[in-house]
Amino acid sequence: MMAAFILAFSLLTLLMFFVSYCRSLTASSLHTSISEDVRDVTGIKVRAAGRDYARVIQILQLCPDRPEDRSGLQIVGAYYSFLNLLEQGFAKISPAVRTWAEEERASCAHFAAVALGRRIALNREMLAQQVEF
Amino acid sequence: MPSGIALAIWIVGTCAGVCFVTCSLIRGSFLRYFFLNLYVILSLFADLIRGAVLRFYALDSPQYMYAYFYTDCLLTITLFVAVISLASRVFAELNVSGYVRLVAVLLLLGTAGFTYAVVAQSSERLATRFALELSQNLYFVGLVLTYLLWGAVLKLQETRTRLVQMILSLGLYFSAYAGSYALVNLAPNSEIVQYLGPILGCFLPVSWALTIMRYSEDSRLTPARLVAVPR
Repeated sequence: MMAAFILAFSLLTLLMFFVSYCRSLTASSLHTSISEDVRDVTGIKVRAAGRDYARVIQILQLCPDRPEDRSGLQIVGAYYSFLNLLEQGFAKISPAVRTWAEEERASCAHFAAVALGRRIALNREMLAQQVEF
Repeated sequence: MPSGIALAIWIVGTCAGVCFVTCSLIRGSFLRYFFLNLYVILSLFADLIRGAVLRFYALDSPQYMYAYFYTDCLLTITLFVAVISLASRVFAELNVSGYVRLVAVLLLLGTAGFTYAVVAQSSERLATRFALELSQNLYFVGLVLTYLLWGAVLKLQETRTRLVQMILSLGLYFSAYAGSYALVNLAPNSEIVQYLGPILGCFLPVSWALTIMRYSEDSRLTPARLVAVPR
């Protein structure tokens, strides 16, 4: 009984810390706006929406990898999947959860779009170096 | 001898620990996060000591038990000090770091005194039992302190990305550890559950290393984004 209670409590706090950790990751990209290149490629007009995430990730996979982005993108990817589950599970019960999950999905898409911007910039740099040779 | 999976987990944990300390040194953060580094270094040494003992004695031998529990007790005390060092950095701007350290010492002595009072009534070997009990009690105190520290981070609207992420990593670690402890009690014979502890042991150095690599000391974030469910 006690073990079950500890398990339930620790799962709740684990979820809370996981959400906060992921929000702290996505928050770090909020100061950076999405570049023109990314807007052109992805079709994002003003700000990224949750549904843009999949498209941005597809394009990200086509660009040369930046190892420093990899772990962050994986964690945010896991968070995005969690938000999708949450939205599917609780959307009918609570519209507030749906609104919150959509906002979070949008910040995941923004995080991925900023990472894409960095990769495109890196790609340009590499191309410029090749031309110089 | 440890199984292949245990060995793989140990290698990952060791590499992550070495990576964290190296990154701290390269990025000039070793002294700034000294107790976090000390914890990781001591955990590497603890693994070496346990490995050395395991070469001569069996996994269920009293010698290995002593080596395991005494090193575990030392690591728990260091982790407790690491939590306090993060707390004193969070409260530094309020000029109450001195009080934080005083409370930490009192808490440590209080926990040790309480543990001794409980263990003194036991008929088992006092020193070993004391090390085990102190370790468990300090873990619990560390867990509660981390939750309180997270509350303080939200209340004080802390913006330092590195500090926030290191505290969040501790929160994740303590929550997952408490969960795995409960799972071990609920399903003691499950093989997956047996590996949860060592896997979680890798988590702290991995997440700390990522934080050190990813952000500079000047990185800041929006405090409002930290609350899991904003009001």
